[in-house]
Amino acid sequence: MGNALIDGLFVFMLAGFIGFEVIKRISPLLHTPLMSITNALDAIAVVGAIVLVGRHESKLSFILGILAVIAATSNIVGGFLITDRMVKMFKSSRPTKS
Amino acid sequence: MTTFLGSQVFIGIIYLVASALFILALKWMNAPPTARRGILAGEIGMVLAIGGTILQLGVEGKLEHISIDYTWIFIALGIGTAIGVPLGLVQMTAVPQRTALSHAFGAFCVTLVGTSEYYLGGSSIPPFKMSVLCLEVILGGLTVTGSLMAAGKLQEVLPQRPITFKGQNLFNLTMLAVSIVIAVYLVLHPGTPHLFPIMVGIALMFGIMLVIPIGGADMPTVISLLNSYAGLSAAAMGFVLNNKLLIIAGALDGSSGFILSVIMSKAMNRSFTNVVFGAFGQVAASAAGAQEARPVKSASPEEAAGILAAASKVVIVPGYGMAVAQAQHKVRELYDALTKRGVDVRFAIHPVAGRMPGHMNVLLAEADVPYDRLMEMDDINGDFPQTDVSLIIGANDVTNPAAKTDQSSPIYGMPVLDVEKSHTVMVIKRSMNPGFAGIDNPLYYMDQTLMLFGDAKAFVSNIVKELTHS
Repeated sequence: MGNALIDGLFVFMLAGFIGFEVIKRISPLLHTPLMSITNALDAIAVVGAIVLVGRHESKLSFILGILAVIAATSNIVGGFLITDRMVKMFKSSRPTKS
Repeated sequence: MTTFLGSQVFIGIIYLVASALFILALKWMNAPPTARRGILAGEIGMVLAIGGTILQLGVEGKLEHISIDYTWIFIALGIGTAIGVPLGLVQMTAVPQRTALSHAFGAFCVTLVGTSEYYLGGSSIPPFKMSVLCLEVILGGLTVTGSLMAAGKLQEVLPQRPITFKGQNLFNLTMLAVSIVIAVYLVLHPGTPHLFPIMVGIALMFGIMLVIPIGGADMPTVISLLNSYAGLSAAAMGFVLNNKLLIIAGALDGSSGFILSVIMSKAMNRSFTNVVFGAFGQVAASAAGAQEARPVKSASPEEAAGILAAASKVVIVPGYGMAVAQAQHKVRELYDALTKRGVDVRFAIHPVAGRMPGHMNVLLAEADVPYDRLMEMDDINGDFPQTDVSLIIGANDVTNPAAKTDQSSPIYGMPVLDVEKSHTVMVIKRSMNPGFAGIDNPLYYMDQTLMLFGDAKAFVSNIVKELTHS
């Protein structure tokens, strides 16, 4: 348990720094799609809920698990969908620049 | 045992790949040309992680001789998809409330999983796991109700005016303190299940109280803040389940929300604590009292069209009013008409224009305004002295010169767009009502300012008509 905790804290610290550096570089143009995609990625919490439903260890965990899977899945599907719709709309006036 | 270890390594590698894809997804989101690749990376990572988890669950089930309930997993995934699709297809003007709603959904999932983990573990939960579990459900719980409140205010089913009362901050802090005390007690005595719902209940209450005093103009900061909380609660859940992919996704989301909230509060010249605990509404109300009728100059669509047609450089400043009036498509027509006449038209986007970060950019992109015409405040502020006409559509506070000069103004110190430096300023506004925040704008009484009274959509459409017919 102790090791897992330290490992977890290392991962959290590193991911926090990476997030900071990566997100700092994102153009303010895309701040709305950024928020919707991080929302979708955050819904990876669905994996925890899937385990609860699949293992069916108690009635409570099963029912809460189902609700949690539904909530998270709707975020995944809706989040990616709307991010894609938004990003598609951004067009440059210059033909193509790479 | 070897199969078990083998499957552990297998799922570990899947999660590792998914984590890398998540980071790449955000990296590619940095600019429009690569953004769609970023979305694809995120989607692949998500599918891998979910697929891997279901496979792993099957292996565990075989080894531990328990039957895995696949039916309900897929039913729940199906229902979630059915809800998610319409949420992904909402109108662009509804994006702020949709975003707030999805913060609530994300936090709801985290809170439910945390609650289940507590009741499954019972009195045997070790102290560290219990403390992150408490963090998970407190952050998750307050994000659920806070985001629902924010969504309700944005959708205008709840009053948008900030609601404040005496001793509000003390009351809120006391609630937070009580929930933390309960959390500490639960960490020391995990076998007291009756306290757990009380803690969650207080967190839910706290979320409501947190957003009640917040007005519409502060929504960009609050949405970002809730985004950050949602991420942190997911990271805490990662600690509880010892799932590194979740820790990473949560940390990424948490830092994203945090950076955005810092940008937003800087753009309003307000500290975090001020946004969360400040009673902005009260200050604004007293400022609105000191009003006098001063003369303003107004102009008709024909006159406005004439001035715009004669200009060589025009800057359009959009605000929440443009979103409310759904005027973005008409604004694009105006952009086209002026560009055709050889006028250089750009858009000045204040970081807090609208109700969430990047709100104006998305609306204008939806209307097919090229994104290289959308300028950030710092990039365009130096150009206002060379600008012939600044056309303000539904923006108010972000153009208020009092923020630079009047120390008694509630928005003093907030960085604003220097529109008053352009040769002519035109403001499309319904009436001289001081508007939502209740702060009077001296810009409207200046010599170079023309007020264009009317609905933003109708007025812009009339200007376009003039420009295309003459």
